[in-house]
Parts: sequence; C-alpha cells; structure tokens
Amino acid sequence: MPSMVGPPPDVPPKEPPYTAILPAKPFHSRLHSPSSRKTIYDRNLNRTQTTPTSLPSFAYLFNTLITYHHSKSGSVSEIETRLNRAGYPIGIKLLDLLLYRQARAAVRPTRIIDLLQFVHTTLWRALFGRAADALEQGVSNKNEYMIFDNEPVVNTYLSVPKEMSQLNCAAFVAGILEGVCDAAGFGMEGVTAHWASASGGTGGAEGEGNKEEEMWPGKTIFLLRFGEVAMRREEAFKAGGG
Amino acid sequence: MSYYFTIIGTRDNPLFELDFGTSKVGGDGVARFREEAKYMNQFIVHAALDVVEEVQWTNKEMYLKRIDSFQNNHVHCFLTGGNVKFMLLMNPDPTATTYSAYPTSQPSRPSTARQSTTLLAASPNSQATEEAVRAFMLEVYENWVKCIMNPFYQVNQVVTSPVFRNRVATAAKKYL
Repeated sequence: MPSMVGPPPDVPPKEPPYTAILPAKPFHSRLHSPSSRKTIYDRNLNRTQTTPTSLPSFAYLFNTLITYHHSKSGSVSEIETRLNRAGYPIGIKLLDLLLYRQARAAVRPTRIIDLLQFVHTTLWRALFGRAADALEQGVSNKNEYMIFDNEPVVNTYLSVPKEMSQLNCAAFVAGILEGVCDAAGFGMEGVTAHWASASGGTGGAEGEGNKEEEMWPGKTIFLLRFGEVAMRREEAFKAGGG
Repeated sequence: MSYYFTIIGTRDNPLFELDFGTSKVGGDGVARFREEAKYMNQFIVHAALDVVEEVQWTNKEMYLKRIDSFQNNHVHCFLTGGNVKFMLLMNPDPTATTYSAYPTSQPSRPSTARQSTTLLAASPNSQATEEAVRAFMLEVYENWVKCIMNPFYQVNQVVTSPVFRNRVATAAKKYL
C-alpha cells in the first residue's frame, strides 16, 4: 500500500505527556564525610579545663527535659523514673570516656569500693568540677551505699512546687550513676535520688540534722543499691582474701 | 602471619570484624587464612570469651594480654570499662595450621617459616608483642570511645562506619 512506503505524515511529534526521567546520579552518602572533612573520629576526646560547658545552656536544656517528662507522666515517681532513664545511656558511655581520659593509669573498677571511689571522685569531677561530699555504706542493708551531694548543680535553678515536694530532679544524675555501675558489670537494683531533709531517719540527732538542713537545703542523697550478683562476687573476693 | 580482630558486645554478640595480615617485615597486610579458618577463628575467639570472664574480675587492667591459644592461634584481649571485648587472634602461619583431621594441603613456604622468627605472633608472650598489641588496642579504644560518644549509638549496636573500619585498619598497619 502506498501509504506504507511514503514519507511519514508531516505531523509535529506530540509533546509527550510526561517529562523524561534522567538517569539517576550515583548516590554519594555524605553522612560519613561531612563537607568539613571532620568526622566524629577526627575530634578530640580530651576536654580542656578552660572550656567548661555553659551552665545557663545546660539549665535551659535540663528544664526542657523536665518539662517534657512532666507533661508525659502522671506521678512524681514516674517523672523520676523517666529522668533516670534519660540519664542511664549517658552513664554507660561516660564510663568509657572517663577511663579513656585517665590514659595509661586507667583500670577497670572491679570491686564495689573501687567503683564507688570512681563515682565519688572521678565521675563527680568530670560532671560537676568537684568531688562528691560524702560516701557511706547503708546501716541496715549491706548492699546499699549512699553518696551525698550538698548542692547538686542540676538543681541550681529548679524550684519544685509544694504538691511535688518529694520530687528530686537529681534523679537524672542517679540515672547516670546507674548507667556507670551497670556498664561496669555491677548489676544494679537501682539508684535513686532523695532529699536529705525530707527522707528523715538518715540524719543523726535531731538538732544536728536541722542545722545541716539550714546550711544545705538542697542536700541530696544518692542511694545505690547493688544487685545480688555483685554482692555475691564481693563476698567471694572477701572469702578469697582480697 | 595473619590476624583476626573482632569486637564483642556485652551480650557476647559480635559488633565488628576485620581480618588483616602483618605489615611488618615486608608483609602486604592481607590475611592468609584458609577457607576453614574463616569460621574456626570465630569459634576460637568465642571459646576464649569464657577465659575473659574468668580473669576479668581478678585483673583490673584493661589489656588482659594473651588469654587463650589453640593450635598456633593466640588470642589477646582488651576489655573496655563498659564490658566490651576487643579480641585479637593472631596466627604466625595460617597455611600450616590444622583445625581438624584434614591433612594440610600444602606445607608452609620456607621463606615464611624463616620470617616468622621475627614476627610478633611467633612469640605471643614476649614484651615486644604485648607492647605492639597494647598500642594497637589503645588506638582502637580511642576510636571506639569516639564511636560510642555518638548520641545515636546504643549499647550493643553493630558498628558499620567505614571511617571506623579505616581507622582500625590503619592502626593495624601501624603496629602489627
């Protein structure tokens, strides 16, 4: 048929109803190599004493954290648990960071007393710039240890409303402690933060307690309860003569 | 002379693996493990974890030195504060190592045998070996801490970062 061999009808090709798809550019992940060529592996782990973290910015962030958890939870104990959980992963990581910073002198805390010393001194120095104020073993329970802080930095700008007077936002710090102790292999039953003044019974004579209370209204006790495994291991060490 | 390096999490789960050869005494840095050694290495290292658990509460050091050996394979361990184990298996002559009843396919080349007297794994307890491994471990530890400082990293997550892998390989080239 003539129409088959003749030149094609001179109709301008219709504009395709779609836009052509260009071959995709090869995908380069920029995740691991930021434009500055500085990955987390290029940064220094050692902090100089001259550049401490800004307290106002910490207070602002901490405030936001508490507000968030307050809005999500119904009771004082739930807020404390949530703050504890927020601090926990920090503690796990902090242990290795602090050991790294001790360089060649670093030893893993293997005994309860070593661990407490580490928390009381090294950890407190790294977090708050000073050692904790006291360290005691519980009287009634052998697996309980108490670390005292007269003036927890985290509570500096916090005022707790009357109806929640039990709430101690240092639960966040307690979470960090729990993280450190758990990471070191001492299965903790729990670490909690309490007001020294409200808890009662932990202080000495009545009069002395009041004086203390006036001087340090924000005094906080961190109660560390070690798990059974850690206690049994400790017993075994003692039986083995050290 | 070949090495197998692995990082073991707190639940005895592997987080990172790398095998490499020596870069000292003219080595090319390529592991020469035989096919069956690929999984035997994992097996040997896994068995050594029991030994780690035995010594970890009596030895406060992070570098536990050589803790186990099997058929010419020597396992060194470095334990971080967070109970993560860096295990380094070293084998001076992997082609000659028998793991099972199989006859060894080829004897080791004489040149390798002569070299191995100066290699680290030939004397896994010597001061030089321990110092080299310690330096290697400390460098890995530094990078490990940087890795876990990532706020998105959670405990016992597998490490996939190519930068981390490069860093470990560089440390291996430098010290082992």
